[in-house]
Amino acid sequence: MSQTKTSGLDVRQGYKEKNWFVRLGDNIKSHPWLYLMFLPVLAYYIIFHYWPMYGIIIAFKDFKPMKGIFGSEWVGLAKFTEFLNGPYLWRLVRNTLGINLGMLVFGFPLPILFALILNECRSVKFRKVVQTVTYMPHFVSSVVVCALMIIFCRSTGIITNLLTVFGVPKTNLLAVPRYFKTLYICMNIWQELGWDSIIFFAALTSIDASLYEAATVDGAGRWQQMWHVTLPGIAPTIIILLILRIGNLMSLGWDRIFLLYSEIVYETADVISTYVYRMGLQRMQYSYAAAVGLMNSAINIILLLSTNALSRKITESSLW
Amino acid sequence: MSKVNIASGGIRRENRIRTSTGDKITSTVIYVIMSLLMLVSFYPLYYCVVASFSDAKAILANTKPLVAPIQPFTFHGYQLAVKNAGIPLGFRNTVSYVVLGTLMSLSVTMLGAFCVSRKYFFIRNIAMKLILVTMFFSGGIIPLFFVVRWTGIYDTWWAFTLPYLVSSYNLIIMRTFFLGIPDSLEEAALLDGANELQIFFHVIIPLSTAVIAVIAMYYGVGLWNSWYQSMMFQRKKTLWPLQMFLREVLIQQNETSQSTDMSQMSAEAFDRELVKYCIIIISTVPILVIYPFLQRYFVKGVMIGAIKG
Repeated sequence: MSQTKTSGLDVRQGYKEKNWFVRLGDNIKSHPWLYLMFLPVLAYYIIFHYWPMYGIIIAFKDFKPMKGIFGSEWVGLAKFTEFLNGPYLWRLVRNTLGINLGMLVFGFPLPILFALILNECRSVKFRKVVQTVTYMPHFVSSVVVCALMIIFCRSTGIITNLLTVFGVPKTNLLAVPRYFKTLYICMNIWQELGWDSIIFFAALTSIDASLYEAATVDGAGRWQQMWHVTLPGIAPTIIILLILRIGNLMSLGWDRIFLLYSEIVYETADVISTYVYRMGLQRMQYSYAAAVGLMNSAINIILLLSTNALSRKITESSLW
Repeated sequence: MSKVNIASGGIRRENRIRTSTGDKITSTVIYVIMSLLMLVSFYPLYYCVVASFSDAKAILANTKPLVAPIQPFTFHGYQLAVKNAGIPLGFRNTVSYVVLGTLMSLSVTMLGAFCVSRKYFFIRNIAMKLILVTMFFSGGIIPLFFVVRWTGIYDTWWAFTLPYLVSSYNLIIMRTFFLGIPDSLEEAALLDGANELQIFFHVIIPLSTAVIAVIAMYYGVGLWNSWYQSMMFQRKKTLWPLQMFLREVLIQQNETSQSTDMSQMSAEAFDRELVKYCIIIISTVPILVIYPFLQRYFVKGVMIGAIKG
């Protein structure tokens, strides 16, 4: 700040004509420490983010690790068409979308509902206890959560036996294809319900208290206040988070599914990311897996950009 | 977080007519729902605690929710769990990953966030854009796998910490916080002839302890829980974090024991089941014990992140 200030306005005129690199050089000369401090983070992003982005060209080659990227043969879009014409395309898209839509339809509104209901609770102490207890599952590691799921869902497990009341067979539930998605979604809701609601509690605190007073004076009851004051108050937060969720509709972390699924349930459990992992790192079809991954990333970007644009048009809130 | 909430909630509740019976019923319903929710959140872990002290054979046959251990009460499972060589090794490795990894991640993130928050940093806009792009687009795990191979960190301690060293999300939270520190403080230091590194240590860090604590915890918990980079990049078992050993004991062993008929199971197989509960408790309790004390920092972190949106 001070450097540009002290070097004066007279220089600033000339700055516009100066070459970008010259200006960068000047800046480095006047702030060498700053650039030194930036080096680690720059190195990290170049090596572990931009180098892999460059490495994605293996999706267009028949990549053999021994030959290296340059030595491997170009195959153009062959790997992409192989996947698009392959037998698994529909299954993977259906499962990825299915699980994500399920999470969106159930996992998204529930934390909001939870925050709204808990906010109606009068005892501050009770509210705090509920928050502490419901945030807790968030801190259980995914390996343990999946292990709990496996233990509780086997034929003698307590979840299985509770569900027999609803006509669920007494078998290992995770080995039944038609239950997999539901179980997976429920597990995630169990773990994240409380935690996901924090952000809505934060939004609730920023609502002007005088709005409630006005509503009370107007004779609005508890539910009317919730509907006409609280909900509109947190609407911008809801919309932003919704855009993010829709933008991520085609991406799904593979680690938990990887822990829970087995070959028996691939039909309903295998998603794009687990497939990429299996094909690439287990079966070593590197180029093919990279192509599938790239397609998935591309769809994600398109989804995110279009939801964001749509939301900007309709509601005037957007990510950028 | 809830200081404001309590205040505003207090005001609006005072003003309410609270005598109506409908209101009382609603309140009761809310209390019941919330209590049930707490039970659901808490019970699975409680079941493991109870099961870990129970008789091995009885607990495997059990199909009902339990309130207390099935007699005879035993520590047998814990004795066996500690003997499993992977658990102490995994604990040691995890501690080194969590402590050193957090330190590394935190310092690189802080330095980076400091730079992109300085208005006199010429390339700050480009740098920010480069960082933001990685939040929405990545090369994917296959190219990353080869980068790890090519850099020579494959199958080393570094393979666990370096590939996911900086989280862009955390960096942005930090930057937002640094941007909020008044320039005047920095200018005073500059007048005294301080360089950027000195400003960072003597002006910025002392004012940012809250956000540093938050981000340190995010990194720490993340490293404690993660296992997949180990599965992808570390073949040597001696490098494995605790979670990888947990996965081996808790998840992979199931694939073999799942189908076996209980009547044909050996005593060892029963023990193996009992040990699972003990291991779940051993690995989960440390973080759950610490968590309530740190809760407000985590919540604060979500808030700081939310401001940026």
